[in-house]
Amino acid sequence: MMTHIGILIETTADGIKPALNGVITAARGPEHKLYGLVFDGKSAAYKDELQAFGIHKIVDIQSDEGLLNWNPDCWARAMVDALDYFEIDTLFGLTSFQTKDVFPRIAALLDAPLLLDCIGVDLRTLTAEKSQFSGKTIATFKLGGTHYLFGIRPNVIDPQPSPVTAEVLSFKTKISEESLTVEAVKEDAGDAIDLAEAPIIIAGGRAMQNAGNFRILYECAQVLGAAVGASRVAVDAGWVPHSMQVGQTGTTVSPNLYIACGISGSVQHFAGMKTAQVIVAINTDPQAAMMQNCDYGIVGDLFDVIPILTRRLKSALNDK
Amino acid sequence: MNVYVCIKHVPDTAAKITIIDNNRIDEKVTFIINPYDENAIEAASGLKRHITDAEIIAVTVGKASAEATLRSALAMGADRGILIRCERNPDSLVTARAIKAAIERDGKPDIIFAGNESIDSEGFQTPFRLGVAFNFPVASNVVSFKLEDRRVTVESKMNAGEMAVIRMPLPCIVGAGKALNQPRYPTLPDIMKARKKPIQTIDLDRLNLPTAAGSIQIDKLRPAVDQRHAKIIEGPPEAAVTELIRLLKEETRVI
Repeated sequence: MMTHIGILIETTADGIKPALNGVITAARGPEHKLYGLVFDGKSAAYKDELQAFGIHKIVDIQSDEGLLNWNPDCWARAMVDALDYFEIDTLFGLTSFQTKDVFPRIAALLDAPLLLDCIGVDLRTLTAEKSQFSGKTIATFKLGGTHYLFGIRPNVIDPQPSPVTAEVLSFKTKISEESLTVEAVKEDAGDAIDLAEAPIIIAGGRAMQNAGNFRILYECAQVLGAAVGASRVAVDAGWVPHSMQVGQTGTTVSPNLYIACGISGSVQHFAGMKTAQVIVAINTDPQAAMMQNCDYGIVGDLFDVIPILTRRLKSALNDK
Repeated sequence: MNVYVCIKHVPDTAAKITIIDNNRIDEKVTFIINPYDENAIEAASGLKRHITDAEIIAVTVGKASAEATLRSALAMGADRGILIRCERNPDSLVTARAIKAAIERDGKPDIIFAGNESIDSEGFQTPFRLGVAFNFPVASNVVSFKLEDRRVTVESKMNAGEMAVIRMPLPCIVGAGKALNQPRYPTLPDIMKARKKPIQTIDLDRLNLPTAAGSIQIDKLRPAVDQRHAKIIEGPPEAAVTELIRLLKEETRVI
């Protein structure tokens, strides 16, 4: 039997979020028909990219009045409508700010199970794996019900193309009066690159000493196309906003490369980045937990090492 | 004004977690109030400074030991507590039903605060399920909060570099983010006073909860093992950086 699977296609001004290809890869299966659900009205423009990864139907979700601007309640209701219409019983998405705001609403409306931040999903057995207890354990959950929702942790599943021919459809939903209204969307302090989805992160800790010194991390990040993160110490000291905090009470990340600069490596910090593919530590203290539990460590002062790294990367990456 | 705050009794972030029978943890570790719930209580206490008739009621679902976490909430400013006793660890579908039933028996909520997420199960969903159960609007990951004329205005993180300004009428549910405020730690007199504040205990099985359509059950639990073998790159900074870039490009191919 064909299983219809929906995938929330999150987009930015630059197009489809790159980390979404891993999510589509995770949702594929021999008996699966994949529906890409798009809210920005640009389905046709995404056709080539989405069909290359195996999306069969690309659905523009709109209301009678046109595009649905960001309102998590209204998006959730529109998605419930679309799931019903296309007989979709399983929904996938990236574990992002927007998914964390919309998927639980859908799950609540459908009284359906939801697992966010999954590192693996098996639809045959309706099980999924995710970390718990600050990343100290991996739990396998068994889901029961008629609908299932999964948010995948960015970058944990290797994207593999699997070309098909996609069809572009449009779906109009009726919007009822909402009690929750979005009055405005405004710019927020902090990095414009999404920390959780960044393929490379360079993060600073106590040894950064002050807010101004983060400049050297930004310079290095620019060369690498990386996001800048921080440890809790740096956030609590007021050097950087909380949105940059990696760890237990900050953001959980799983980049391909994590460069920890002057971060000693508390249990709570590891909780937020231990699933990174490669960890590099730069620290004056060779005994620091981060140095013991990294892939590559450089014993040295970050103020010596980072400028050299930035300069060398500039030429190394230009040689590619 | 009835202000409810949903809190959770969770293992300390620094606790060493031991797995029993491949499906649960040894609970003989230090437990704390879920850190995000401290921000929820702080927000509720802030309301009380302006609204004199506000009563803050902390609600939790847990074992008898969760009373300790209710006492922490009482020391941080809650007036009384409700413990919904349950020997299992129910999933979020059951938890939301239990909290709804207990609040409904207790009073008419004007606002319900909760932590945006819990650090043990990391489910991110109970406040939303509570919202649908009550038919109240919910804003989550809230980093600023204002109440005026029975309307709530909050800011909620929506994307990297973007924040949504959301308005909701009361009654509503607010999921507190870490950046919402700085929880004040209770003083010794606060802690002493909290000992005398009332806690009501209700048995979850006595709430006659409606059955959920879905379920989320732990099948297996295993330790997350780190198998990194740190390779320390020796030498002066210039040479070390050269070697690091070579390793990242050629060995692990991440740049």
